[in-house]
Amino acid sequence: MTSTAAPPGAPPTGREPDRPPRRRRRFSARDRHDFWVFLALVLPNVALIIAFAYRPVLTNIQYSLLNWTLGSQTATFVGLDNYVRFLTSPSSVTILWTTLVFTVVTVGGSMVLGLLIALALNRRVPGTGVARAAVFSPYVLSGVGVGLVWLFVFDPTIGVLGSVLRAFGGTAPDFFNDPTLSLVMICVVYVWKNMGYAAVIYLAGLQSIPRDLLEASALDGASPRRTFVKVVLPLLSPTTFFLLVTSVLNSLQAFDLIRIMTPLGRGTTTLIYEAYLQAFGGYNRGGYSAAVSTILFALLVVFTMVQLRWMEKRVHYA
Amino acid sequence: MRALTPRKLADAALSAYVPLLLAVIVVVFPLLWMVFSSFKPLPEIITRTPELFPADPTWTNYATATDRLPFAQVFVNSVLVTTIGSAIKVALAILTAYGLVFVRFPFKNVIFAGLLVTLMVPPQVSLLPNYTLITAFGGADTYWGIILPGLGTAFGTFLMRQHFRTLPPSLLEAAELDGAGHWRRLTRVVLPVSGPTVATVALVTIVNEWNDYLWPLVIVSRPDMMTLPVGLTLLANVDNRAAAYGQLMAGSVAVIVPVLIVFIALQRHIIAGLTQGAVKD
Repeated sequence: MTSTAAPPGAPPTGREPDRPPRRRRRFSARDRHDFWVFLALVLPNVALIIAFAYRPVLTNIQYSLLNWTLGSQTATFVGLDNYVRFLTSPSSVTILWTTLVFTVVTVGGSMVLGLLIALALNRRVPGTGVARAAVFSPYVLSGVGVGLVWLFVFDPTIGVLGSVLRAFGGTAPDFFNDPTLSLVMICVVYVWKNMGYAAVIYLAGLQSIPRDLLEASALDGASPRRTFVKVVLPLLSPTTFFLLVTSVLNSLQAFDLIRIMTPLGRGTTTLIYEAYLQAFGGYNRGGYSAAVSTILFALLVVFTMVQLRWMEKRVHYA
Repeated sequence: MRALTPRKLADAALSAYVPLLLAVIVVVFPLLWMVFSSFKPLPEIITRTPELFPADPTWTNYATATDRLPFAQVFVNSVLVTTIGSAIKVALAILTAYGLVFVRFPFKNVIFAGLLVTLMVPPQVSLLPNYTLITAFGGADTYWGIILPGLGTAFGTFLMRQHFRTLPPSLLEAAELDGAGHWRRLTRVVLPVSGPTVATVALVTIVNEWNDYLWPLVIVSRPDMMTLPVGLTLLANVDNRAAAYGQLMAGSVAVIVPVLIVFIALQRHIIAGLTQGAVKD
């Protein structure tokens, strides 16, 4: 819905006969005025976004082709060496595997728990408003603060989790030094922080399902479980796919918890954390880090595209 | 709600209250643990049989945290960065959205799409280039260096634009006929009926700025310039962490409780803002 295709300042003669009469009355001086007003309103924001969001994507690709120590004034062009180095190093297999496990577990965990909570919230009994807010609250809290609290809970020697397990005759697992358990710990906290978001989105999805559809299904003699599988879940599929896309994108960018809970990244180094560690974890490998984050970026873009295409085809729109 | 027979009551209890109670306990317990632990003296922290309530409550942890970090200064830094950053972001969002909806200009949809695409650019990708740029201009360890790169706003613009498009055109046409310019139309007509949306955008922006971590972490190294999340990272960086948990809980209280209070007071706005775009259609 653009108002005029004429360049600003150019006399609009000769084009006017094509326009509806109402337009013609409002042309020229006012439009020129609007042009400048628009620039004044929109340009600051657009300039900031170009400078700090668009430019960096390109600069990052440029960095990724360099052998460049962060902080150094000089760099040498090495072509795709950084990418080759990443793709052929044995630690990359671990990093990609960790990224995959973390993403699948956290996305699956928060969506399944979110759906269960949403089903309970959807019973519309008194008190669900408070429960909804309580369950959502971790989503808005600082990942650093939350991570520290959970470190204390998970601490193998003096953490409350260990003391509870010991009280029941178990032993406290070493979440801090065992790489696999460290990843489990990060996943648990991440799901704790994000399941409320999934719950609220699912609740909105559930509430948009017409009541009479469920009643009809019940009248037909379908058990609640059958109604859920055959009616509710298919109708929720747009919500599920929206959540799947946003959750995967968010999980791939999870940083705060990993940084504060496992600074060394033993067992918890995902792609994004590897990019951070290589540049700011003491190595100062600017070019290599840029290559890793470019790979992450490519992954995010490809994933978004694939998901969007798939959604168009497969999702059942109620 | 229909009449509650005993059977229905039991049913509601099982299918709603039991899972919800469980979920709420799992969510709330760590937060209570944090608050109470921040008042525990050292012997009650370093114990294999911890209790929820401090037997001998004390402010020591807050005092020690202040010794190890200019805590008041760090708190002020967080408040300053959040206030200034959010104020500018919200203003930019309002101005941009007004321009996109109410001012005539070619290719507005293209410009809007260009803004939206940036929602997909993860901060990690822009980290190194922005770091080089900002440090080159002397922005390391400065307020402007912390605030500037995050100022462009696609999310706020998106929410404001959604709302502006729902305003009846007659509202603005009347103002236009009265000879009101764009500035008057924005401040006297559009903004007065946009309170809730502005509040939502402001709240979400404030929470995000307050919790922001990755960028301040790399651009700040002087303790007196740190924001709370970065300062907490410094606090956590100790050899004997067991002895430091008290201070760490005090620090977590400082970063978590303000947001929690705001959230409890205004949760409807915040949840609506954070889930917008997902819930419609």
